[in-house]
Amino acid sequence: MADAPHIPDETETRARWGAFAWTAENAEQVKTIIARYPAGRQQSAVMPLLDLAQRQVGAETQTQGWLPVPVMEYIGDQLDMPYMRVYEVATFYTMYNLAPVGRYHVQVCGTTPCMLRGSDDVFAACKNKGLVKGATTPDGLFTLTEVECLGACANAPMVQINDDNFEDLTYDSMSAVLETLAAGGQPKIGPQIDRQTSCPEGGPTTLKEMVEGNHDYRGEWA
Amino acid sequence: MADETAPVAPPPPPPFVGPLEDRDRIFTNVHGFQDWGIDAAIMRGDWDNTKALLALGQDAIIDIMKASNLRGRGGAGFPTGMKWSFMPKESKDGRPSFLVINADESEPGSCKDREIIRHDPHKLIEGALVAGFAMRARAAYIYIRGEFIYEAKVLFAAVEQAYAKGFIGKNACGSGYDFDVFVHRGAGAYICGEETAQIESLEGKKGQPRLKPPFPAGAGLYGCPTTVNNVESIAVSPTILRRGAAWFNRFGREGNRGTKLFQISGHVNKPCVVEESMSIPFRELIDRHCGGIRGGWDNLMAVIPGGSSVPLVPAREIMDAPMDFDGLKAVGSGLGTAAVIVMDKSTDIVRAISRLSYFYKHESCGQCTPCREGTGWMWRVMERLRTGDADLSEIDMLHQVTKQVEGHTICALGDAAAWPIQGLIRHFRPEIERRINERGAPVMEAAE
Repeated sequence: MADAPHIPDETETRARWGAFAWTAENAEQVKTIIARYPAGRQQSAVMPLLDLAQRQVGAETQTQGWLPVPVMEYIGDQLDMPYMRVYEVATFYTMYNLAPVGRYHVQVCGTTPCMLRGSDDVFAACKNKGLVKGATTPDGLFTLTEVECLGACANAPMVQINDDNFEDLTYDSMSAVLETLAAGGQPKIGPQIDRQTSCPEGGPTTLKEMVEGNHDYRGEWA
Repeated sequence: MADETAPVAPPPPPPFVGPLEDRDRIFTNVHGFQDWGIDAAIMRGDWDNTKALLALGQDAIIDIMKASNLRGRGGAGFPTGMKWSFMPKESKDGRPSFLVINADESEPGSCKDREIIRHDPHKLIEGALVAGFAMRARAAYIYIRGEFIYEAKVLFAAVEQAYAKGFIGKNACGSGYDFDVFVHRGAGAYICGEETAQIESLEGKKGQPRLKPPFPAGAGLYGCPTTVNNVESIAVSPTILRRGAAWFNRFGREGNRGTKLFQISGHVNKPCVVEESMSIPFRELIDRHCGGIRGGWDNLMAVIPGGSSVPLVPAREIMDAPMDFDGLKAVGSGLGTAAVIVMDKSTDIVRAISRLSYFYKHESCGQCTPCREGTGWMWRVMERLRTGDADLSEIDMLHQVTKQVEGHTICALGDAAAWPIQGLIRHFRPEIERRINERGAPVMEAAE
């Protein structure tokens, strides 16, 4: 497959990540996670643990993080699962990175609702900032991925960069988001136009009392 | 012989089809102008004497839900009360029952569960308790899609708030019933919105759908009786119990009752998420809440009225159609999740559908051959139809292949991949033919 991730050399990976262990804080978190599932069903915790591990790797490498093979083995041992079962899960779900990514993982939604509202312009903005689909910029700052519907269609087009959504984008606002990140700043999260979440632009057509205060409609029930 | 002097019953009043008044809206904080936290939610009416709702008893709750005629809000529209009633009334072998709440919202166009979770999470958690109690479940797992990172943070925090107040957990709301609510994050797989794939994923496996039977109500999560419900179906249930089945039945046409979160995206002036009465006419929905179609009503080309899995409907047929299960079925489509994708005349309609084909190719879990191979094949042909690099006979061939994928897979993803293409061919065949003809009779030796 042309778009298969380039998994780094195994010897190098083992040398770097062979001694992976949870930080004290994450070890506590792991206990909480496993406790959510019935005794003997600890395999259910594999997804949250992979996510946690990816975040820990990310914190250590100043990136969004990824899942080196020794890390997956570590999780398999902890949950009493064969490594292959862990690997199966890691390869099935798109949010697990099987290869290193940049500091910012720019995930542009290209599915039809975003396409209709101008995701082509968002891609153009990325391209003109030197981002290439499926690759990391030479400075290690940005990795660009086209993703499938991220469930913010009323705020299309949108992009998710690491944990943050940027919505209602245009060519200019996407360029500005990338510039701010490159300069080490934090762009405004959410809609990039003057708009409250998924409320119609220009103000609500319903529930107008809610804008000013926490209105209780029960008094008006008939 | 009918007695001609006997009084004739007056005709029933026409059904209420909107617009909804604010006092009849369930999700009053849908746009997040106010705090999602538990104290603010209580002031809005959530967790208001939930103990009394539980005191109605399991059977009464299910009877009210049946009488409300609520149809599942996840797309298929199965009656919610009936679904709850399929769960065993007592455990003969000691197995517990589970409620799984499907918050893996990934259908292109859908963005309603996100608003419920980030702005009104306590409606969902209270609903989980009420529904879980009614079906005699031991716990609820809320499966939230992985990309909803902020939304999951809110949900985790909201669940903790509910535990801290004693609303869930041991002796939930002082009812004597023990009930836990857990949140489980997905990691980016559309297929995990299918109920058995979701159960597999919850068990820590690849999300590949299971063969049915056994149905989840018999053997679901960890082999125990399980019901999987959509977020919206669960979140509306406490309000239905408080206001009564008759209240919910005031809205919408027969068989399509209630209120619904509509999510309008695409070429309208103001895309938004809004709660409206079921059966509201399409034109009214768009004019009232979305500021009309971009470029005016004459500029409307087609609408996908229920998320990417339902066929598109051309402008002239959708304009005055009632937005409900039966009304959209009548125009050859479906309500789905009420994710309305609007396309004006500037749209490259073949590309729009081809992009959906790419989506299904990307999201096929790879278990069944017709879907795994078919979705990729259909996308490649769609891409050639987009540029006109095809033979006229390939339109029929594509249609035939969609028919061979449809209905021949374990889950409905194969159907969902086939329907948008069938809709395109049904309504826009001249456009596809025009592209092929304009490109000038290319020679295709054989299909790839």
